[in-house]
Amino acid sequence: MIAITDVTKTFGRADRRVTALDNVSLAVERGEIFGVAGQSGAGKSTLIRTVNLLERPDSGSIEVDGRVLTSLGAAELRSARRGIGMIFQHFNLLTSRTVQGNVELALEIVGVDVRERRRRAAEILDLVGLSSKACVYPGQLSGGQKQRVGIARALAAKPSVLLSDEATSALDPETTRSILALLKTINSELGLTVLLITHEMDVVKTICDSAALLEGGRVTETGNLVDLIRTPGSRLARDLFPLGEVHTPAGHTVVDITFSGGLADRPVIAQLARVHGLDVSILGAAVETIGGNQAGRTRLALPGARDDIDRALADLRGQGLLVEVVGGADA
Amino acid sequence: MIDPSAPGFWSDLFQVLLIGTGQTLYMVGVALLVTIIVGLPLGILLVGTEKGGLFSAPFGSRRAGVVINRILDFVVNLGRSVPFIILMIAVIPFTRLIVGTFIGSTAAIVPLSLVAIPFFARMVEIAIKEVEPGLSEAADSLGATSWQIVRKVLVPEALPSILLGLATTVTSIINFSAMVGTVAGGGLGDVAFRYGYQRYSTIHMVAVIIVIYLIVQALAALAAWGARRLQRQNS
Ligand SMILES: Nc1ncnc2c1ncn2[C@@H]1O[C@H](COP(=O)(O)OP(=O)(O)OP(=O)(O)O)[C@@H](O)[C@H]1O
Ligand SMILES: [Mg+2]
Repeated sequence: MIAITDVTKTFGRADRRVTALDNVSLAVERGEIFGVAGQSGAGKSTLIRTVNLLERPDSGSIEVDGRVLTSLGAAELRSARRGIGMIFQHFNLLTSRTVQGNVELALEIVGVDVRERRRRAAEILDLVGLSSKACVYPGQLSGGQKQRVGIARALAAKPSVLLSDEATSALDPETTRSILALLKTINSELGLTVLLITHEMDVVKTICDSAALLEGGRVTETGNLVDLIRTPGSRLARDLFPLGEVHTPAGHTVVDITFSGGLADRPVIAQLARVHGLDVSILGAAVETIGGNQAGRTRLALPGARDDIDRALADLRGQGLLVEVVGGADA
Repeated sequence: MIDPSAPGFWSDLFQVLLIGTGQTLYMVGVALLVTIIVGLPLGILLVGTEKGGLFSAPFGSRRAGVVINRILDFVVNLGRSVPFIILMIAVIPFTRLIVGTFIGSTAAIVPLSLVAIPFFARMVEIAIKEVEPGLSEAADSLGATSWQIVRKVLVPEALPSILLGLATTVTSIINFSAMVGTVAGGGLGDVAFRYGYQRYSTIHMVAVIIVIYLIVQALAALAAWGARRLQRQNS
């Protein structure tokens, strides 16, 4: 649905050049919610802004819904943009218009007539749960309500893709949850493909099917969340299960064991104790619902000789568990 | 010297003031209209042709944008720095060309507009620059044309500030209209000059000051009220 191919974007003149995006490629499938995570300054905003060409890449191509945006003329680009909704961290609502007026803006731009505009705005405001606020000005709304207006405006012209630039970063946790739930509803009911960027892993965990990690303008990891948590050494997976810093007790080896899919109910600890005679201590554990499935990661400290431990770990790996040695003698 | 106790003095004064006020309102009104019609687009173009603006590359050429921006900026600065009395005299040939004469209220509209346009254009420029760039961007993301962004986003969002700028502009037009009156004839300035100065009538002078004060205050209050009404939506 969205194909970003070899996109590079730099800012500034030759002497003070900042490479915001360095040869980035990403593929977002139709109907999925794709999250791009990364630290501040990683290039997340720049990336999402290149998708509807608010920022034109120096090189590379952008394809959305079968159209190569980077090769379109101005008028064609405008028409393509009408199929790509966008919501913003600071909502960007017009203060000169009511809630309904803001939603109708999207339809005026497309050239929908007055009666149809009224009808469509009412319909979409109902979808985002703001029918009662239609005649209110944005200044009188809470942050969550403003973002709902932003979402309504973005959806009014019936786009097939929704871009979200830190849409929940200015909101409190509870409001964030309600907005994410709304995005999920829109995604499943309208079949909208969603590309969102965030610096909060919670957002990725809550609604994304796939994710990418952006670091210093490069994509360092990308994939389906279910696959990512099975990938050894995945930074995204590590951030999804917040187990914190590794503290290795003397004479122990620390391992992270990830359970996912049908492996979530394995009696691993009992097995390590009984079969391999290891005195297991649990250092931490996290259970998350990722991609609709329960998945968990347990951090264990295992005492004893490395050879014995390696044998036990090989056994677990043989059963399909992801086992990573994260601390100890030669970790 | 006019004698206030002479018969008919007050009705004469009233008559003179009425005509003068009418002429002033006519000059100021038409000049204001011309100022809005020319100054608003000028202000929008001043912002638009800047780097990264909506019209930064007209006809696909950034060069053209830079040139237009420089020219407009120069013209506006020139208009703002020439003292009005000099401007008024300097444009006499131009006034003659348009109106046919340089005497009278209608002729006065030309220099009045010329002095107010650059002033108002700067006000518009400042007001539009204050509009959150995210708003234009949102419209852009919806596929808006530059013209739609101007019409549906920039002007409506900047309107409270533009209105306040307009109040300042109209005050200065009234101010200059009095100066025009002394030279070219017509309006309250002319009344003050002919009766108050040349014929030593303090009463005429005071009456003119009161009327002008009332007009300026009424317009300023009107603009402030309008701006407040528009801004109340924001908070
Ligand atoms: N218009 C611009 N001009 C110059 N440099 C820019 C511009 N936009 C972004 N950059 C630079 O590009 C880099 C990436 O910025 P970007 O805003 O995409 O980061 P981000 O991941 O969205 O960060 P944050 O989480 O803080 O929003 C930064 O170094 C930033 O300074
Ligand atoms: Mg950002």
